[in-house]
Amino acid sequence: MTTRNTLPVAVMALAVLVLWYLGAVWLNAPTATDALNRAGPGWTTADLIRATLAMKRPILPTPDQVALDLYTSLTGYPVTSIRNLLYHTGVTAGAALAGFGMGVVLGVALAAGIVQARTLESSLLPWVIASQTVPILAIAPMIVVILGNIGFTGLLPKAIIAMYLCFFPITIGMVKGLRSADPLTLDLMRTYSAGTAQTFRLLRLPASLPYLFTSLKIAVAASVVGAIVAELPTGGQAGLGARLLSGSYYGQTVQIWSALVMAALLSVTLVAAVGLAERALVPGGRGGAR
Amino acid sequence: MSRSNMARPNMAPWPLVMLAAPLLPFATPDGTALYLPQLPVALALYALTVATILAHRLPGSALGEALLLLAGVAAAYAAPLVLLNQGHPLAQAGGLWLYVAGATLLLWRVLALLAGVSGPVRLAGPALFGLALVLLWEVLTRGFQVPTILLPPPSLVLTAFAANAADLWDDFRQTVLISVLRGYLIGCGAGFLVAILADRVPFLARGLLPLGNLASAVPVVGIAPIMVMWFGFDWQSKAAVIVVMTFFPMLINTLAGLQSAERIQLDLMRSYGAGYWRTLAMLRLPCALPFLFNGLKINSTLALIGAIVAEFFGTPVVGMGFRISTQVARMNLDVVWATIAVAALTGSLLYGALALAERHVTAWHPSFRKR
Repeated sequence: MTTRNTLPVAVMALAVLVLWYLGAVWLNAPTATDALNRAGPGWTTADLIRATLAMKRPILPTPDQVALDLYTSLTGYPVTSIRNLLYHTGVTAGAALAGFGMGVVLGVALAAGIVQARTLESSLLPWVIASQTVPILAIAPMIVVILGNIGFTGLLPKAIIAMYLCFFPITIGMVKGLRSADPLTLDLMRTYSAGTAQTFRLLRLPASLPYLFTSLKIAVAASVVGAIVAELPTGGQAGLGARLLSGSYYGQTVQIWSALVMAALLSVTLVAAVGLAERALVPGGRGGAR
Repeated sequence: MSRSNMARPNMAPWPLVMLAAPLLPFATPDGTALYLPQLPVALALYALTVATILAHRLPGSALGEALLLLAGVAAAYAAPLVLLNQGHPLAQAGGLWLYVAGATLLLWRVLALLAGVSGPVRLAGPALFGLALVLLWEVLTRGFQVPTILLPPPSLVLTAFAANAADLWDDFRQTVLISVLRGYLIGCGAGFLVAILADRVPFLARGLLPLGNLASAVPVVGIAPIMVMWFGFDWQSKAAVIVVMTFFPMLINTLAGLQSAERIQLDLMRSYGAGYWRTLAMLRLPCALPFLFNGLKINSTLALIGAIVAEFFGTPVVGMGFRISTQVARMNLDVVWATIAVAALTGSLLYGALALAERHVTAWHPSFRKR
């Protein structure tokens, strides 16, 4: 982001904040009116607005309520405590990263196979695409329950779902990247009588890196989504998804929102980490795939 | 990349592993092992497969060879099904599984041949691959008696599909026809309109794009419980989740598409004295079509996911998400898989329809040129 964009982004962010407060007043007004009426007549609009912004169980909590909840749940308890949001974030991040690692291996392997074998390209690639029309997120809780029934609990089921979500962008990006080697350089490799493996390692793989990293950024965000949704059925246990669900059960809206904000922060951090790795590994920094 | 000189490469000898199959048991009822010659049906099918392997060098087209070998593969896949129907347990029938494994390698050869053939027959390759996957799933789950709670065989899913057709149709109507379609249209439409607005007001675009990129990293499905809290259990909350999920992909893609018109084309439009709206309608929107379709395709799967996940947080007693969560709780996995099949089929059809429309509308685009 350049400095040229700083002002527009700041204005937009401010607009979002203002809209958020207005929305909080508007959405919380009916409940707040009830409460004020019960307390007695003679309340003013200012009272109403103050009440809507400081409700215990608001329909829409205000940004400062969410920030306060985030602050207390991050600093009020030790990191290993189940009441600390950072602990839940760690659980989710672990599952997401494990799934991401598996997805990278699977995605790259599939892409290498597809690029090297024409039979795979014509028969497997359509099914890789079709596999994405299975709404895995929607059936993720089921998979977790089933795997739990046969003794796989904890990290693995969540990682599998995260893997399923993130292998596809990696495969597609990697196939494109492996094919993006310049025909001229491919010919050059042939004149050096380089074998398939050598061409792959020395030419195709480096050529694919910019595409790979673009896909990795999408994939790492997807893996967080997978891990969170996979945590839904574990109920009151650990993870951001479990926090969302328990917040939804007990009407703790502020808890839902702070878990959401934390999830967003986690995604953005992971995407930024991939971006840093890209800068370190790809010659010339951010590659041409963008 | 010429195809003619590699139309009929020699077959690798892997499928010959199945020659070793008769030495191992083909079925093992009550402790005694049964071998191939003791099972007439299996023997006939085995002979057919070996014959097709030996006959594959007969003069003929690649297509002919593929069909011949396919007969062998079909025979091999039929063998375990026939034996299962005769009541033989197959879990320890090493010979049979070696036979099936060899036939699967033979299928690879068929796929390679089909990949080399030009014309619509090429489409048979992926279809066969999928069919083989389903058949292997059937044979393996039944042969090794995988508990249906873990993975029901496709035949059971098909039975459940037929038995619950009415429920599944109601779910489809509630989730897809009511929630998904409305949410999808509202979300994509809003994204498109805001993109046009942002294109007109560059300040807005510069502010919205980073937010859009941020939103693509945020797990938007997480807002499902909030939306259910706000909009109630019916379709409105599902549509709201979908709108939030689909808005930014559409916005980003439309914006990128609107900027894809080339400078020289824009200059030409200006030299014709065309105004903003005319340029938009005649040049920039057509140029943006590939990007628009990209956004629409991404959103088609997102919308389905959003609706089903939102139904986990509360729903009227109908809908795919409701069906999945309740039937999992009752361990009726066959019904769950039938629902998944409906969802996957819906997603594929939606995606396919969009791809087809894209082909028709943007036939001029370089990505559709023949290689």
